[in-house]
Amino acid sequence: MANIPVSYIARNLFARKLTTILTAGGMALVVYVFATVLMLAAGLKETLIQTGQPDNVVVIRRGSQTEVQSGIDRTMASIVESLPDIATGEDGRKLVSKEPVVLITLPKRETDSPSNVVIRGVTDHGLTLRPQVKIVEGRMFRPGTSEIVAGRAIAEGFRGAGLGETLRFAQRDWTVVGVFDAGRTGFNSEIWGDAEQLLQSFRRIGYSSLIFRLIDTDRFADVKREIESDQRLTLDVKRETQFYADQSEMLVKFISYLGTTISIIFSIGAVIGAMITMYASVASRTAEIGTLRALGFSRSAILTAFLGEALLLGLVGGVIGLVAASFMQMVPISTTNFQTFAEIAFTFTLTPAIVLASLGFALAMGFVGGFLPAARAARMKIVDALRAA
Amino acid sequence: MAGNVAADVPGTGVGDAAWLVVIRGLSKYYVRGDQVIPVLADINLDVVAGDFVALMGPSGSGKSTLLNLIAGIDKPSAGQIHVAGVDIAQLTESELAGWRAAHVGFIFQFYNLMPVLTAFQNVELPLQLTALSRRERRERVENTLALVGLSDRMEHYPNELSGGQQQRVAIARALIGDPTIIVADEPTGDLDRTTAEEILGLLDALVRQIGKTIIMVTHDPKAAGRAARLIHLEKGVLVD
Repeated sequence: MANIPVSYIARNLFARKLTTILTAGGMALVVYVFATVLMLAAGLKETLIQTGQPDNVVVIRRGSQTEVQSGIDRTMASIVESLPDIATGEDGRKLVSKEPVVLITLPKRETDSPSNVVIRGVTDHGLTLRPQVKIVEGRMFRPGTSEIVAGRAIAEGFRGAGLGETLRFAQRDWTVVGVFDAGRTGFNSEIWGDAEQLLQSFRRIGYSSLIFRLIDTDRFADVKREIESDQRLTLDVKRETQFYADQSEMLVKFISYLGTTISIIFSIGAVIGAMITMYASVASRTAEIGTLRALGFSRSAILTAFLGEALLLGLVGGVIGLVAASFMQMVPISTTNFQTFAEIAFTFTLTPAIVLASLGFALAMGFVGGFLPAARAARMKIVDALRAA
Repeated sequence: MAGNVAADVPGTGVGDAAWLVVIRGLSKYYVRGDQVIPVLADINLDVVAGDFVALMGPSGSGKSTLLNLIAGIDKPSAGQIHVAGVDIAQLTESELAGWRAAHVGFIFQFYNLMPVLTAFQNVELPLQLTALSRRERRERVENTLALVGLSDRMEHYPNELSGGQQQRVAIARALIGDPTIIVADEPTGDLDRTTAEEILGLLDALVRQIGKTIIMVTHDPKAAGRAARLIHLEKGVLVD
């Protein structure tokens, strides 16, 4: 059986402009919240994943999830450093960076409220291993001095972290001699200094993590097995990309669950709105329904027409909500990562998957809101419907 | 009652090409709680092809119910309704929908046009149920609108047309599928006298010039006067 023309469905929505706009607007708000939260999670995840390089390997103490929790003594570090699979730099030395990572508290520029910031000690190979990190203002710190460089987000967001300013921590004054940009990665939210200087001033005896590059990235599994099965070492080995993706997991999940729950609660309101609109639409078009049925259109054609109208309503809401949410990509945001307890700056990221999920959510709202009214329209007896004329 | 039927034995007229509608022992009643409300009782009626029949009677006499039953939008409680050889009382609901699309043209008192569709699209609506191509549909709609004198109003919406023009669009919609039978429920009930005369003239022309069969329910004796045959209903039974 043929269906009622789409032009009839679409024009009925257009004919009731105000009701359509208000109902679609309700759904648009829900989709906006839904999409924004997913964009938040996606932005965070993307930032942390991009922080890692695929051929870099991170070594941390077994059982620790983050560098801050980890500790690797110098003996273990030397054993790892002696592995033959580690690539060699232009200077003929192995491409390894043994890094202490410490959290300190700094006041934010705007609010003066304190927040955790990662201080990373790097060796000269630290930069080689992270080609995405580039000094954009000033210069790199000199080894053996109390000089530091700050990631762009830190330099902009925290008091004393700008170029030429001085920070006091670990009983020393540290001068910011450079600002680096690390693209859309987590390093933007870090401060880097000389590894040995930081170990001394923080009175640490071991490193937090070891980062090295493999000669052959396909040998990762063998290297991992070798380190993890060595009785002298109690270390975990991960690809750098995986390491940072794992760090985002908890916060991304939390944001996604929270956002989805809030959206679903909001959507109940939007669905009821759509249902009221569609019931009103059915009631005001009872005679039309009777006429269409008399002309030979089946019950399922009527059901399809009204469901189509509700889905279209949802789609309009979904598109409006998505367009509004897409503007959020211009807004930078920072939050504390639960896993590392450190501040991380990132942006809302709209991915094709989020577009699909948001439109799917909008259509689902339309479907749920439209089904009962459409079923009522389809169930009407023709003579009763015609009598409403 | 004998004047309304082709033969005394039910079914005799069935299959006879001349008898388009053959109704035997038709009853319709509603049940409300333990009350049975009779609407039509033991109706026997035959309509010949090319006839223009007016159904008259006071309000509540069951004339609209009889029309609805013949048009296949209501189901009888008992009896047979043969239209062009098919006992539509035996059809399932979806079979009836298909049957209506192929065999019945509807004209309503309040035109029942879709307000969001143009005159052209309203007339085209029943053709959506056929396998005709877009081009064939366009051709047929244009010809039919020309037949009712509305070639220059094709792109107008119902609210841009007068009552008489809207009823012409409705007549074009009823004609478009080349139905076996046209049912009209008070087609002039909402029109002034002059416009009503025009519409009745158009219906008359459909019967005389293209041989359509029309069954029309009306209160209006002048409208009934245009029909070739008058049938009276009172309290659910046919009276001569």
